[in-house]
Amino acid sequence: MDLNNNDKPVNILVVDDELSVRDSLTKWFREDGYRADAAADATEALKKLKPRVWDIIFLDIKLPGMDGMELQQRIKSVDPHATIIMITAYATVDTAVKSLKEGAYDYVTKPVDPDYLSHLVANVIKQRRLLSENIQLKERIQELYEIDQIIGESPAMLKVFDLIKTVAPTDTSVMIKGESGTGKELIARAIHSNSHRRFFPIITVNCGGLVEGLTESEFFGHEKGAFTGALYRRKGKFEMANGGTIFLDEVGNIDPKSQTDLLRVIETRQFTRVGGDEIIKVDFRLICATNRDLELAVKQGTFREDLYYRLNVFSISIPPLRERRSDIPLLCNYFLKKLAASMNKPVTGFTPEAMERSKVYDWPGNVRELKNAIERAVVVAKGSLITVDDLPIPPTSKAVPEGQSLEAVERAHIKNVLEQMGWNITRSAEILGIDRATLYHKIEKYGLRKQT
Amino acid sequence: MKLYILPLRFPDNNLLEDLSSTLSNIFKLPVLLLPKPFSLEEGYDTVRNQFNSTWILSRLLEQTPDESCKILGVTSVDLYVPVLTFVFGEAQLDGKVAVVSSYRLREELYGLPKNPERLKERLEKEAIHELGHTFGLIHCRKPECVMYSVTYAEEIDFKSKNFCDTCSALLESKKASS
Repeated sequence: MDLNNNDKPVNILVVDDELSVRDSLTKWFREDGYRADAAADATEALKKLKPRVWDIIFLDIKLPGMDGMELQQRIKSVDPHATIIMITAYATVDTAVKSLKEGAYDYVTKPVDPDYLSHLVANVIKQRRLLSENIQLKERIQELYEIDQIIGESPAMLKVFDLIKTVAPTDTSVMIKGESGTGKELIARAIHSNSHRRFFPIITVNCGGLVEGLTESEFFGHEKGAFTGALYRRKGKFEMANGGTIFLDEVGNIDPKSQTDLLRVIETRQFTRVGGDEIIKVDFRLICATNRDLELAVKQGTFREDLYYRLNVFSISIPPLRERRSDIPLLCNYFLKKLAASMNKPVTGFTPEAMERSKVYDWPGNVRELKNAIERAVVVAKGSLITVDDLPIPPTSKAVPEGQSLEAVERAHIKNVLEQMGWNITRSAEILGIDRATLYHKIEKYGLRKQT
Repeated sequence: MKLYILPLRFPDNNLLEDLSSTLSNIFKLPVLLLPKPFSLEEGYDTVRNQFNSTWILSRLLEQTPDESCKILGVTSVDLYVPVLTFVFGEAQLDGKVAVVSSYRLREELYGLPKNPERLKERLEKEAIHELGHTFGLIHCRKPECVMYSVTYAEEIDFKSKNFCDTCSALLESKKASS
C-alpha cells in the first residue's frame, strides 16, 4: 500500500510521561515521513488537540494526573474520529482490554516490536482511508439520486411523490402500476434510495425478458454443473439483492412455475441455488412493476391470487402523461436542458407552436416517448429553438380507415415499424416508445413474424 | 565535509575498511577512522541485555572533531531504543551522528550458516541508510532505494546500496548547502 504518496499527511500524537518513549516514537514516525508530535501529560495533550487534527494518538495508560483511560474519553469527545492506540507495560493488560472496549483501536506493550508497530500504523492508515473514501462515496450516491429527480408538479404526480415518501422508509412490498414509459423503474429507485437500504444494491429483474426454464437460475443462481452450460457457480438476483431491494419489472409476465418459486422465497426469505443443497437466507425488500391488469390475470387464472396479494401490499399508480398534461412543458424543458447539454448543442427552448403541439399530443409511449422525441428534435434542430418540424409528432391525428379497431391499428403500426427497422427490436422499441419486453409481448400477442 | 567512523566494540578491522571505502564511494566524501572509542558501559541495560542507541548518539555528539562532519558509530552489540524491542541502528534526523549495529545482521543469529559477504552488504546498506537520515532523508517508498525502511534482516537483502533519483537529489542539495 502506498502510505506517503497521498494528498494528506498523516498526523501522529504520542502522549507519554517518559521522555525517552516520546522522543524515540516521534523520531521513528518522522523518519517514516509522518508528522509527529508528543505530549507529556493529559493537559498538554488536550492543548495540542485543538490546533491540529490528529489521525492517530498513542496514549500511555499510566499518566500523572488524569490517566490514559480518562484522557481517552476526553479525546473522543473532542475528536471522535481519531484512532487511539494505548501504550502499556505488561502489568496493565487488563486496563488495555478495558480501553479497547471503550473504543481504542489497539494497544501495544512496551517495548514494542518495530515490525509490529509499522504494520499497525500502516493498517490504521489503510482503514482510515477506506473509511473516509466510504463516506465520500455515500455522499456521492446521495447526490446522484438528488440530481436525478422525477419531474412533475401535477396533482396526480404530487400524490405519487407523497406515496413514495410514505412507503419508502418502511419495508413494505410495493406494486407500481403504470403504462409503459411512465417511469416505473425511476419510482422504484426513488423508493429504494429513500429507504434505509439505500447503501445496499437495488437489483432489477426484467421478468418480461426471462427465458422460461432459466428463470429459476436467474432468481436463485446455480451451482457449478447444475445443468449443461453451468460452468461456474453463479449468484442469483435474490442473493445479489441481499440487504437491499429487488425490483421485478413486468412481474405479470412471470410463468406459473416461477410464480410458485417467487411466492416461496417471499414467504420464507430463503432458497437454495439450482443444483445446490445449501439454504441461503436473504434479506430484501420487494418492489414490483406491471403495465398489465393483474387483477384480470388473476380472474383469468394466469396469475396466482396468493402471489398477487403478497406483491400488492402497497400500490402506486403512475398516471399516463395524457392525464397530466400540465407536466408536459416541465418535462419538455427538463429533457431539453439535459440533452442539449450532453450533446453540446445551443438549443434553448421551443417555439410556441412546437410546445402547443406537444401539449395536445397523447404521448402513448408516455415520458419515454417524449424524451425520445426531444432527443431527436435536439439532433435535428437548426436554430436555438425547437420547431414543430423538429418534433416527430403527427400534425393531426391520422385518418383511420373505417372498421379498424385500435388493436388492428396498433398491430399494423408495430408491423410497419419492425419492417422498417429490419426487425431490430431495440431500435423499434425506441421508436415506438415502449420497452423491449413490452414489444416482445405485443409481437407475441399479434402473432407477428419476420418475413424471410 | 568529512565522514568519520568510530568503532565501538567492533573487532573486525577488515569489515571496517570495506565499509569505509564503500561509504566514500557512495557519499563521494572523505572517510576517516576515529581512533578513540568510548566505553559503552553506561548505555547498557542489564534487564534487556542491550545497549541504548539514543545514549550512544548523545555520546557521539561529544566527539565531533569539526563543525561540518558526520560521525557513524559502528558496533557489534545489540541496540535498542526504550519503546522498541530492538533497532538495527539509529540516527539524528538532519543531524550529525548515527550508529549502526552488526548484531542482528548476522545470519548465525537466525540459525543459519555464517555468511561474511552478506553481513558486509547488510552493514553497508544500514550504515548508508542511517547516514542518509543525518542528511535529512526520510524513509523512501521505493523498495530498491537504500532509504526504504526494513524491520527484518532479510528485507535488507532486497534493497540496493544506492539512493533512488529523488533521494539522491535531496542528498546532493543537502551536501551543497552545508
